[in-house]
Amino acid sequence: MPTAVAGPEIERLIQLLARLPGLGPRSARRAALFLIKKREQVMTPLTNALQTALEKIVVCKTCGNIDTQDPCTVCTDTRRDQSILVVVADVADLWALERAHAVNGRYHVLGGTLSPLDGVGPQDLSIDALVARAHEPQVNEVILALNATVDGQTTAHYITELLGDANVKVTRLAHGVPVGGELDYLDEGTLSAAMKQRTLF
Amino acid sequence: MQWTDEGIVIGVRRHGEASAILELMTREHGRHVGMVRGGFGTRMKPVLQTGNSVSATWRARLEDHMGNYTVEPLRQRASDYFGAPHAIYGVSHLAALMRLLPERDPHEGLFNEFEAILDGLEDAAWAAPQVARFEMQLLSELGFGLDLEECAATGATEELIYVSPKSGRAVSREAGAPYADRMFKLPPFLTDPSRAPSGRDLDDGFKLTGFFLARHVLEPRGMQLADERMHFLAALARALPNVA
Repeated sequence: MPTAVAGPEIERLIQLLARLPGLGPRSARRAALFLIKKREQVMTPLTNALQTALEKIVVCKTCGNIDTQDPCTVCTDTRRDQSILVVVADVADLWALERAHAVNGRYHVLGGTLSPLDGVGPQDLSIDALVARAHEPQVNEVILALNATVDGQTTAHYITELLGDANVKVTRLAHGVPVGGELDYLDEGTLSAAMKQRTLF
Repeated sequence: MQWTDEGIVIGVRRHGEASAILELMTREHGRHVGMVRGGFGTRMKPVLQTGNSVSATWRARLEDHMGNYTVEPLRQRASDYFGAPHAIYGVSHLAALMRLLPERDPHEGLFNEFEAILDGLEDAAWAAPQVARFEMQLLSELGFGLDLEECAATGATEELIYVSPKSGRAVSREAGAPYADRMFKLPPFLTDPSRAPSGRDLDDGFKLTGFFLARHVLEPRGMQLADERMHFLAALARALPNVA
């Protein structure tokens, strides 16, 4: 029968770390040990950072982004193109687009995609707020930057229908060959989508 | 326990960080669930999209275990549907219908029909009557088949233009005339695949199958007709504004 090698406080720390994405019980144990060994250099600043984050992070009521202010930094940035609204499923997607400097518009985070299997319906997503924002006079284009999955594209079509009476251009991301991708290694679905959406060269 | 079969993805749920619980409609083993290690990883995610065909090997220590799948792509259709609203709603609707079947109960005829419709789902005019007939076939496979061969009242086999909402049996023009407002219309394309449906016929056909699906299959399970079906029909109406 296994016996505990550490006190309950340490076991609790390991249990909590093991809940983080990418960490299992073994790696959580290593991380806990690392934190304990580096109490002053890592553990204290990490604790403080976590406490600050817990106290200050809020969800932006305008776009659904997370930040330490509401409205968030993106929404209050006057240098951004106010005529473009980029719709993403999650905050992680917003961060990905920002990392890529792909677009200089404002965002709207839906909070997921429609998924009948998981019981996620329109009422579970921030769709009403999106429709209201799309009707703002300064918005000319809504870019649906949603996943190239059945759920993502179902959501895109659903939103497109709802925006039918808004005076905006609705666009979506292209699907096709990624930069650096070799045709030989691409899956059949991506190749088929790329061929269908080929453009004049 | 181990078998290999051809299957069509009808549902995928995340399990842990990168694995997936995969629900397949297989040709010989019916609707079957199993775990795919790495199923939510970047390599497998494009393969495990609703509507794609895969070759699946299922392994488990005992037959009643959920077991593990190893899958290889056979035909990746999902991306073909992205551009057409009726197709993307249609694949979700068809998958939801397949999930109504009991687990591990083979329905090879339905599987073949499902596969054929998925192959042509982009063509709205072709797919619309196929999906209506598929709903009727599903009712039949679940034990609630409509009897459309002869009139429930007179036994006549000609001019069957109504279906009784009570019995699910066909009724002839003459016998059904006094109750016409309470009967469902029986569009000819449902019984004769060679007849091209008009827009009104499609509407009548889906009303008929929708009613019996809801009454016999969904309501006893505390369910109702899914939103995907409603969106699919609305998208069809937009895609086929001038159906003959």
